[in-house]
Amino acid sequence: MEALVPVLIKTLFIILVAVAAFAPVITWVERKQSAVMQDRIGANRADIAGITVLGLLHPVADVIKLLTKEDVVPTGANRALHLMAPLIASIPVIASFGVIPYGGTYHFGDTTVNLVVADLDWGVLYIFAIASIATYGTVIAGWASNNNWSLLGSLRASAQMISYEVTMGLSIVGLFMCFQTLRLTEMGVAQDSTFRILGFLEHFGFVESLGWLSHLTLPTWGILLQPLAFVLFLTCVMAENKRPPFDLPEGESEIIAGYFLEYSGMRFGLFYMSEFIEVVVIAALMTALFLGGWTIPWLSQADIIGGVTPIFGVGVATGLCMLLHVVAFFAKVILMIWLQMQIRWTLPRPRYDQVMDLCWKVMLPLSLANILVTGLVILVLQGARA
Amino acid sequence: MSAPAVFFYAFGAAAVLSALSMVLHLRNTVAAAMSLVVTMISLAVVYVVLDAHLVAALQIMVYAGAIVVVFLFVVMLLNLRHDVFAQRRERLVKLAGVVLALGAAFAFLQLVPNSLPTVQEIPADFGSYAAVGRALYRDFVLPFEISSLLLLAAIVGAVVLAKRRLS
Repeated sequence: MEALVPVLIKTLFIILVAVAAFAPVITWVERKQSAVMQDRIGANRADIAGITVLGLLHPVADVIKLLTKEDVVPTGANRALHLMAPLIASIPVIASFGVIPYGGTYHFGDTTVNLVVADLDWGVLYIFAIASIATYGTVIAGWASNNNWSLLGSLRASAQMISYEVTMGLSIVGLFMCFQTLRLTEMGVAQDSTFRILGFLEHFGFVESLGWLSHLTLPTWGILLQPLAFVLFLTCVMAENKRPPFDLPEGESEIIAGYFLEYSGMRFGLFYMSEFIEVVVIAALMTALFLGGWTIPWLSQADIIGGVTPIFGVGVATGLCMLLHVVAFFAKVILMIWLQMQIRWTLPRPRYDQVMDLCWKVMLPLSLANILVTGLVILVLQGARA
Repeated sequence: MSAPAVFFYAFGAAAVLSALSMVLHLRNTVAAAMSLVVTMISLAVVYVVLDAHLVAALQIMVYAGAIVVVFLFVVMLLNLRHDVFAQRRERLVKLAGVVLALGAAFAFLQLVPNSLPTVQEIPADFGSYAAVGRALYRDFVLPFEISSLLLLAAIVGAVVLAKRRLS
């Protein structure tokens, strides 16, 4: 039982940060950022005794409104499935946070602290598996509502999500080949170092002619090793999330609101919130895979602890390192959330056949080519080294 | 009972119960398909308890995440309403089902206790993606390539057949 306590604390931390703190604030960020981009003021009316705090009270007002609204189940609906669908859609999203590390592994004397709820050997596969369950929430919601618009929306959603799942898996195989692991914590550790940009030339005998250029280094982050995979994977996870520009399952100008058309009150709120929670999950996953996770560029964990220990001792140094890493992780998460918002308010919604063409005719061949090229480069470098 | 054993029996029972619920949902095909999903997920948990992590992930990704969704697609598009299936189930079919089920149960009870392998030393990376990958791409690479060629032929064949019907 004692082993369960840290796990419960870490789970609670994730739920408090990702679900209870980040997600409502993002709804405010979304409104404010769209307002800035469209030269408006944005949400600023909700107030408590005249205090508006820049419109930050709007999420609070939203939650109160959603909780107190009537929860309508349409007459022709399948009641049990209609009530269950929002839960099926939202729980997998929260559960996928369980394997994403928000810090490294730290040794305080005899106790070891690792900042991840479940350090699975098959971490990335777990996320893919969990993400594929979320499809059912939308499919069942559309069918159980007994409304043709909803059914059309859920058919669009399931076709889109299944198609993009294929490319999502293939697009980061190159990353697995670089880091040689599927464990997200090991990926983080692998990204906690640097590589010399022109170092590969040494294998071909260009040592002297490089001069000072041979000292230039970059962090071994996924985005620098696999830039194409970053773009492909981000596109895929955004399509999985069904937010604009991939919001064809909702397509309000054609099918009103798609699969959650017949939902009201907090059950609608669950669909709505799960999209925003997924924004956080995507940001955290992109950070863990491509932006070095919790690591600080050009400053590895050994450097930090080694540098601070002579001044404050090992305990304080390790604690400080842990704090810096968690702050770095969430700073990168915020950056990725901002990027998603920027994309969401920049790109218009494509036609449905264009979404499918993009997946099957552009991104799938590109991700296969990425695997091939990555494999070739690894082979050549191994051959040159040997 | 240890924690893995508790999970094993709980989700084993869930798999059996949801499989029964799938067969017994005659009037609502979508509910039957959803029961099948619960069966798949329960089986995946059982695989996790048995240290077959890759199989568990594939079970959910392939069966629950893709194949049953396509089942649901078909069911929803056909929009089969009440009793379409139920009327066809005549007495003879039911009798045949009962006989088959009893036969399968008998064969299972007869064969399985005799054919279970004795407990061997399990390698440390048993069931991990690394072990499965090594087996697939190193030891059994020819069967793997042949089966992928077969699957490719099946995909191309399906596309050709569907296209011909359209035009």
